[in-house]
Amino acid sequence: MTAPDTKPVTPADAAAAIRGRRQWPLPKQAVPGAPLLEVEHLSVRFRMPSGPSVKPVDDVSFRLEDGEALGIAGESGCGKTTTALSLVRLLPANGRISGGSVKLFGIDLVPKTERQLARYRWREISMVFQGAMNALNPVKRIGDQIAEPLEVRLGQPRDASLKRAGDLLELVGIPRKRASAYPHELSGGMRQRAMIAMSLACDPAIVIGDEPTTALDVMVQAQILALLEKLRKDLGLSLILITHDLSVIAETCDRVMVMYAGKVAEEGPVRRVFTAPRHPYTAKLLSAFPNIRADRRNLEVIPGAPPDLRTPPPGCRFAARCDKAMPQCTVEVPPEVRFADGVRVACHLFPPGSEGSLAGDAANLAIASSMPVATAPGEARP
Amino acid sequence: MSDELVRLEGLEVHFPIRRGLTELLKRRPRNVVRAVDGIDLTINRGEILALVGESGSGKTTTGRVIVKLTRQTGGRVVVDGQDVTNLWGTKALRPYRRRVQFIFQDPYETLNPKHTIGDFVSEPLEVMGIGTRDDRQQRVLDALNAAGLRPAADFAGRFPHELSGGQRQRVVIAGALVMAPELIVADEPVSMLDVSIRTELLRLMLDLRRERGLTYLFITHDLALAWVLADRIAVMYLGKIMEIGPAEAVIRSPQNPYTKALVSVSPSTDPPEDDAPDERMILVGETPDAAHVPPGCRFHPRCPVAFDRCKVEEPPLFDVGGGQQAACWLADGRTPVVPAPPPPPATTLPGPD
Repeated sequence: MTAPDTKPVTPADAAAAIRGRRQWPLPKQAVPGAPLLEVEHLSVRFRMPSGPSVKPVDDVSFRLEDGEALGIAGESGCGKTTTALSLVRLLPANGRISGGSVKLFGIDLVPKTERQLARYRWREISMVFQGAMNALNPVKRIGDQIAEPLEVRLGQPRDASLKRAGDLLELVGIPRKRASAYPHELSGGMRQRAMIAMSLACDPAIVIGDEPTTALDVMVQAQILALLEKLRKDLGLSLILITHDLSVIAETCDRVMVMYAGKVAEEGPVRRVFTAPRHPYTAKLLSAFPNIRADRRNLEVIPGAPPDLRTPPPGCRFAARCDKAMPQCTVEVPPEVRFADGVRVACHLFPPGSEGSLAGDAANLAIASSMPVATAPGEARP
Repeated sequence: MSDELVRLEGLEVHFPIRRGLTELLKRRPRNVVRAVDGIDLTINRGEILALVGESGSGKTTTGRVIVKLTRQTGGRVVVDGQDVTNLWGTKALRPYRRRVQFIFQDPYETLNPKHTIGDFVSEPLEVMGIGTRDDRQQRVLDALNAAGLRPAADFAGRFPHELSGGQRQRVVIAGALVMAPELIVADEPVSMLDVSIRTELLRLMLDLRRERGLTYLFITHDLALAWVLADRIAVMYLGKIMEIGPAEAVIRSPQNPYTKALVSVSPSTDPPEDDAPDERMILVGETPDAAHVPPGCRFHPRCPVAFDRCKVEEPPLFDVGGGQQAACWLADGRTPVVPAPPPPPATTLPGPD
């Protein structure tokens, strides 16, 4: 994470060091000592043309510290992208935040008007989208596109903006003379680098990557992830990485939040969550994932499909697909329980009071040992 | 055991590039994209061969040649002892198409939104004029059943928009199964699907192989997927096979630097240890386009261990034992004619440690 010689003593020191490097002052309303981003009980509601509205994000809370990388994982439709988009309220026209708070430097962004929010969009929280070809303007040179937020949002003169655009391109590994290229003249990897340069234009505190490497080849993906890691270290960026690819999160993030049907299933340090998953969904997801470093094994199947969010089931939303479901799972929504090791889990296997206790650990072990780890050549293998 | 079903000999697919007016006037020679540039490959009966490569490596083109959707410009295609290289024309291909089927990547684009599932699956039977109406109906239901779409009669009457992504891909598989083929060429069949659904489909493919003795050519960019599924893996780069062998050998002891690099950067769900050295071999740059294939070994400009010979002479596939072959002058058991100099520092990105 951080270089050993500059290892900060406390998170507060790290935050101070990172915030001291900012090019632009903190927003005036910033609360001193507040965490970088604190999302509490966030809910988003989508109005539907007919029938009841849908809650793709339901009571989601998480925190992001300075310089940290948080991965949001889950299958399509679990609400991971909507969660991220709602941070800067980039929701579709029928969507709105129906509850909770999004505090950036202690400033709640939810009650802000569109106009007030413009101060934070791109300047404090910027995004890298999946399809760079769709996100970039095809009829503008990439240098101009990178300079645009500097002119529009920061009111910088044009020549200074263009110069910084060149610097940013070099920072992401594109020769500055390519600033005059159009998006179609660049390869997929280059376009994604240009997108990253653009997201860095206003020196934001947080960059959200929405499946930033999904459409790329393995080698190009490795290049882009290495670039993000380097930028995070050099610039003190904080990263929210949204992806369905657990292996990308395992290799680049400090913490992971696994979402299922609009709710947080499990959240915690990547090492803890991935090596000893507590929520049965996390465990299933991990064992359904092909792993090139592990033995060849039969991949786990998660039977069924995620619930229809128009009529979410009572109780735990994963209950219908869970092989450890108990009677109470279909009745009662499991509360979130936080363990001493920083893992938070919402599952009835871990009732409140079990955190850190033997009962919790035993259940945890039970799940870990039920995962298939045998070198099984498998029934289907000859 | 080595009962071979498909044999490709020196297969070549070169696509001509159209010249612009200036190039015509200047009499520039006609250039070609060398999508597939001379590959030899056999697929044994009942095996799953994974063809792995990045975009532009020629893996899809190879698959399309085998199912006769793309015309080769050189080499031979032999299926089950029969030379089908010059088998062309709708009518002549009919018996061939019954034996060899193709599954496309995108189940959303493969299905006609205005046709029911039953229509889609029975279409090839009708086109080929197989059986009576009742026979066809029965075969459609059997295929849907085999693809796990039960109750089949219910699914046959549905439209694609009523199905989930995983179910659509099952329909596509049913469409391939209805012809009772021997070989299925599957081009990234699960890359559009969520992890949990993906596993179900992979299991289905394995089950079908066991029940019907199917053979698969599984085309994918995902080495980890090839690792869990395939018996053998072939790695392609710019139209050539760089390495081929049993999955275990190719992944655990790769002999070609390109394979080594790919394996090293394939992310895994095991989080790295804090103090673990970064062993990723991140290659600089991107695959050159197939219209400008480098001379010598086509990988040498990006290879961290390239030496003089690599720049001028293309290595053939060397046998390194255990059924594994690698196209590299430095493959095990080969001694380089000139000792390799230390890798130039510019070829790998500094690790992020």
